Order: sequence, then C-alpha cells, then structure tokens
Amino acid sequence: MQGSTVDSTKTALNYHAEMTVDHHEEHPDHRIFGVIVFLLAESMIFLGLFSAYLTFRAVYPEWPPAGTPERELLLPGINTIILISSSFVIHQADTAIKKNDVKGLQTWFVATAIMGIVFLAGQLYEYHHLEFGLKTNLYASTFYVLTGFHGLHVFFGLVLILAVLWRSFKPKHYSNEEHFGVEAAELYWHFVDVVWIILFILLYLL
Amino acid sequence: MTQTEVQPTVSAHAHHAPPERKWWHYFTFNTDHKVIAIQYLVTSFIFYLIGGVMASAMRTELATPNSDFVSPETYNNLLTLHGTIMIFLWIIPAGAGLANFLIPLMIGARDMAFPKMNALAFWMIPPAGIMLALSLLVDAPQAGWTSYPPLSLMTGKVGEGIWIFSLLISGTSSILGALNFLVTLLKMRVPSMGLNSMPLFCWSMLATSALVLIGTPVLAGALILLAFDLLAGTAFFNPSGGGDPIVYQHMFWFYSHPAVYIMVLPLFGAISEILPVHARKPIFGYRAIAYSSLAIAFLGLIVWAHHMFTSGTPAWLRMFFMITTMVIAVPTGIKVFSWLGTLWGGKIALNSAMLFAVGFIAVFVIGGISGVMVAAVPFDIHVHDTYFIVAHLHYVLFGGSVFGIYAALYHWFPKMTGRMMNEPLGITHFILTFIGMNLTFMPMHVLGLQGMNRRVALYDPQFTTLNQVCTVGAYLLAISTVPFLFNAIWSWSKGRKAGDNPWKALTFEWLTTSPPAIENFEVLPVLTWGPYDYGVEHLSEGEEPPLTSPELQPNTSVAS
Ligand SMILES: [Cu+2]
Repeated sequence: MQGSTVDSTKTALNYHAEMTVDHHEEHPDHRIFGVIVFLLAESMIFLGLFSAYLTFRAVYPEWPPAGTPERELLLPGINTIILISSSFVIHQADTAIKKNDVKGLQTWFVATAIMGIVFLAGQLYEYHHLEFGLKTNLYASTFYVLTGFHGLHVFFGLVLILAVLWRSFKPKHYSNEEHFGVEAAELYWHFVDVVWIILFILLYLL
Repeated sequence: MTQTEVQPTVSAHAHHAPPERKWWHYFTFNTDHKVIAIQYLVTSFIFYLIGGVMASAMRTELATPNSDFVSPETYNNLLTLHGTIMIFLWIIPAGAGLANFLIPLMIGARDMAFPKMNALAFWMIPPAGIMLALSLLVDAPQAGWTSYPPLSLMTGKVGEGIWIFSLLISGTSSILGALNFLVTLLKMRVPSMGLNSMPLFCWSMLATSALVLIGTPVLAGALILLAFDLLAGTAFFNPSGGGDPIVYQHMFWFYSHPAVYIMVLPLFGAISEILPVHARKPIFGYRAIAYSSLAIAFLGLIVWAHHMFTSGTPAWLRMFFMITTMVIAVPTGIKVFSWLGTLWGGKIALNSAMLFAVGFIAVFVIGGISGVMVAAVPFDIHVHDTYFIVAHLHYVLFGGSVFGIYAALYHWFPKMTGRMMNEPLGITHFILTFIGMNLTFMPMHVLGLQGMNRRVALYDPQFTTLNQVCTVGAYLLAISTVPFLFNAIWSWSKGRKAGDNPWKALTFEWLTTSPPAIENFEVLPVLTWGPYDYGVEHLSEGEEPPLTSPELQPNTSVAS
C-alpha cells in the first residue's frame, strides 16, 4: 500500500482481488505475435528496396536501360511455381502437427526443404547463365541485389526448416499443443514466398 | 487512491528467497530488464562523453576563423562521428535504456516479452560504438552523419565502410529492442490495466517502437545499397555510373526524420510522468497526450522530404511536405499545452528532476518554433545548410532529448539505485547546462541567418565574435557534466537511502522496492485508479475524477 494519497485499501482489495493473475503460472505465449511483428519490420526493408527500384525505373528514360540482354522467363517461371507450391506443402506440415502427427510433419518439411533447395539451385544456375553482371547497368545491379537479398532470406528459411526438422526427431519435442517452431518456420516461409511474387512481377514481368 | 498490491498468489516465489543482484552481473549477458536498462544508460552516457569531447574539439577549432587546432580533414571526421555517435549511440540507446527499465515496472510485468533478445539487442551497441569511435585512429568517415552519396563514396572506403557497418548493427539493435517494447506493452500488462490506463510513458514508447519498426529497416535497405556502391562498385546512388543519389536521400530521411521522434518521444513520455508527480496534480489531458504521440508518429512518417527542399524536389511535392511538417506542430503543441495545464496551479517542487523537465519545455518550444520556420520552403531555401539548422536541431535534440534524459535520470535514479541524488549538485548541474546550452546554440540562429555554412572548419572572419560566444557556451556545457557525473557516482554508493517511493508517486514502479527485486514484484499490482490521481480523493462509483487542479475544486482536500 505504498504511494497512495488516501487510504482505501479495502475497497481496492475487494474490488479487484479476483482479477489478479500470476504471470508465471499462466504464461501466455507471445512468440508468434513477436514473429509477426518481426516479419512486418522485415517487409519494410523490402518495401524500401522496391520503392528504390521503382524510382530508378520511373526516372530512367528507358527500362531496362538500352543494351540490357533479354531475360529468359522459363527457368525463373518454373522456380516461381516451385516456391509458391512449397507454401502449400509447408502448410500441410502445420496441419499434420496440429493432429499430433510428427511423421507427417517431418515428411512435409523434407518436401519443403527440397523445394527450397531446388529454388536456390535454380537461382544460382540463372546467375551463371545470365548475360549481364552485377555492374552492367542499374537494372542489372538492382536485379542481382534484390534477388540475392531475397535468396539470402530463402537460405535463412531453409536453415529454420532444417532446424525444426532436426528437433522434431527428439521425442515429444513438437505436439499438437507445443509447436511454435513449426509455426514460426511456416510464417517465415510464407513471407519469403510473398516477397518473391512481388519481386518476380517487378523484375521479370513489368 | 490508485494502485494496491494484493496477495492471492503466495506460490512459487515465496518458497525460495530470490537470488541477489551482484555488481558483476552488469558486465555479463544478463536477461533482467533492469540490468539491461542500466547497461544501456551507462554505455550510452559514455558515448555521450566521447561525442561531447569531439564537440568541444570542434568548438575549439571554430574559436578562430582559421584552421589552427585540427586539420580540416580531422574536423570532418569529428563532425561525422559527433553526429553519428550522439544520435545512434547516445540518445537512441538512452531512450531504450529508460524504456527497458520502466516498461515492465509500469505495466506490472516481471520482465520483457523476449528477455534473451533484449540482452542481445543491448550487446550489439558496444561493438558498433567502439568500432565507430576507434575509426578515428585508422581512417574515420568524413561525409557527415547523413553520408550523402556521391560524397560518401569518395572520402575513403575504410571509414565509410565502418560507418555503414556500425549503423547496420546499431539499427538491428534498435529494431530488436522496439520489437520487445511493442510486444511487452501490448501483451503483458496486468489484467486490470487497459490501454487507456497505461502510464503516458508507455504510450510514447508504443509510438516510438512503431516508428523504429517501420523506419529503421528502410535505412538498412539504403545502407545495403550504399555498401554495394562503396565496396562492390555498383552505381545505385552514383550519378557517374547512371545511379540516382536522390533515392538515397529519400530512403535516408524516411528513417531519419522519424528518428527525430524516436529520439524525443520517449522523453515526451518521461516528462509526462515527471510533471504530475512534482506538481502534485493530475495530468492535464491524459488522452490528448496519449493519442498525440500516435498522431506524431503517423505524421512523422510523411514529412521526410522537408530535408530535401533544395535537392531538386518538384514544387508540388515540396508543398505537400511543407504542409505535413507544419501540421505536426499541432500534436506537439497539444502536448506542450497539456504540460502547462498540468503545471498550472500545481504545488510545484523545483527539484533537479523538475527543473530539467520545465527547462525541457522551455527550450524544446524554441526548437519547435524554429522547426516550423524551416518547414516553410522559402525560408528553408535561405537557411538550408547554415548554422540556423544546427541551432534548430540542437534545440530539439539537446534542449529536448538531453534535458529529458537528465530529468528522467534525476527522477528515476532513486528507483534504479535505491538512493537519492544530491539536490544542490543537481541544481548546479541544471543551471550550468541551461546557460551553457543557450549560450552555445542561440547565437547559431544569428550566424545561420547571416549565411555561415555548417559542416566547414573555416569561416569568414566577420563571424568570429559570435563563434567565440558559442565556444564559451560549449565549454560551459562540458563543465556542466562534471557535477552530474560526480553526483551520480557518489550518490550511487553513498547517497541518502531513497525508500520505495520518495516522490510519493502513483505509477506501478514506485510500489516495489528500490532498486526493484529481480522479478520486480513480490505479488503483482492491481490497478484501481488512474496513474495521475494526485490530490484526488477516492471517489465513489460513477463519479468522475476532477480534470483540473484540486485547489480549484470545491470541497476537496489536497493530499500529500
Ligand atoms: Cu525532419
């Protein structure tokens, strides 16, 4: 009862006693909310880079600048389809663990990881066969930096997925009640996916 | 009547005595928010001293029109490091320190939502800062704290690289910190505390965290592109390679204008806490102050190009940014009037905390007024890149943020350490700071209007006299830190014991011991009345608390 100017302890006690909760016994889980806020902040980096790209594009008289070699659409197209489908695949893992099906979780996570690896390999292949380099012109620079930065995120997502997969082999690590890692990896993967869709439209289609 | 502690849960915590806090914990990766808060505050204060020494060196150089104390290149290094250190390693982390200490205590939580991430965020600050400060020994950056390309691409790769890298680290730190504040504020309040009964400091941190999370990533994006230009030879921002330096300016200011509010909003919050306590009055206009923080945060995101009125920004766009910038004075004014309304008719105790708080209002208003002046396009074109801007920004960042940090330190020092600070020393500190601050920065308005360029070591001899006044003021400011430092160190070990609630304040942090125990509260507090009901008698159901000074209310006795 420190710090009060008027003594009315009793009223206060009666009025609010039933509302007190000890944080340690019922610790609500804020981690998913945290992941979402983090991803919103992450998306601001991409938003900044996209805006920069669009400004470069708007200011240039011709885009891509004259002399930029033609872009091949087939490989990145297939890559896009793989990455988008992987979002549905990883969601199956989430559904599985909610039914307490650890085997299902592992199967779908392996599938997602393979799709992610194929995507990254495809992107590396594309880098090797493109006819322009990092410093060719402004379009080339933004192309490499944006796809590279996204690729780095795919790589981190892959690490997350493999980490969750590794942990899922420990007995009873994930269950229908406790599977934060699975959800976080899934959210992150969806995020990477959405960013790619925007990137693909910006860099290849527009 | 406000809050009380209730004892329904005598479980887990009662069995074992909580572990003691040891001094060496402060040098380790500790996850207690109070330890992290002290780490932030002490570390950032050390960087403040470093940045201050640099400022004194610059003012010494500027005492004469010629280059006689340091070389012009060194002056550029000092200028760049002073700005960067004061912003990214002093004011922003100091705000994070206050937030770390106060948020969990004020909302009745035992710690932050993600304690490990919290500690991680702090431990990014020392390497970023040490790297930046030590760059002076090798090849310091010299393109100013704004680091505009193409200049920043031509002044040495090492220094500029260190600058970029250091900012990326401290930026990440502030994002992780803000993430923690936001989640903690939204999810971990005691059940009895709705958003509208949060202390106003919490509201201001909500707005600050949102700004950090929205703005800082965009700066990171700009820095990544700048790093490619610098180190890999791309030309995003380099006109000689077909790039566009204006894009950098947009991305930079999209963060760096909100950064002004990231630096001052936490202190707006602190002032809103300090004034009612030492004026013994309910805060005037709780919701006005709370929501104006959100309004400032929102408007702060759409004013950035007022820094670019002379960068070839099209006229219609300048109009837009001029208007939004002027509009932002409205929510800021609402706060100032609410503070004055709180002081009006109060029983004001003019102790060190209150002196700095009132000084904050006085000096910040001057910075606010010159802010509206430079928001006007024609005026800004005249004073752009002159000392008028230097004067304006120091009235906001020194008169605002630094005065606010001092006020907060004097106010919460008893809670943080369990001991009172020495009042005569505190008052001496305030008087020296107040005179030194105005002596240093007031003449710069005149210098700017007369056309003295900023960022240059040499100047026209006609400006000598006023510059010497500024230099004397700067020395006074340097001296003013001595009584504070002495006071803080001496009081920390030998000061009078503070007790739990020396100011008879009503927010939750004063309900626990000083310094608070490791998990803050023996039992969690319950909110039964507003946080600012000073001199308000407990009212029966359905009655409204008085909105103005208790002295003006009929038939109410004034408590305390
Ligand atoms: Cu601004």
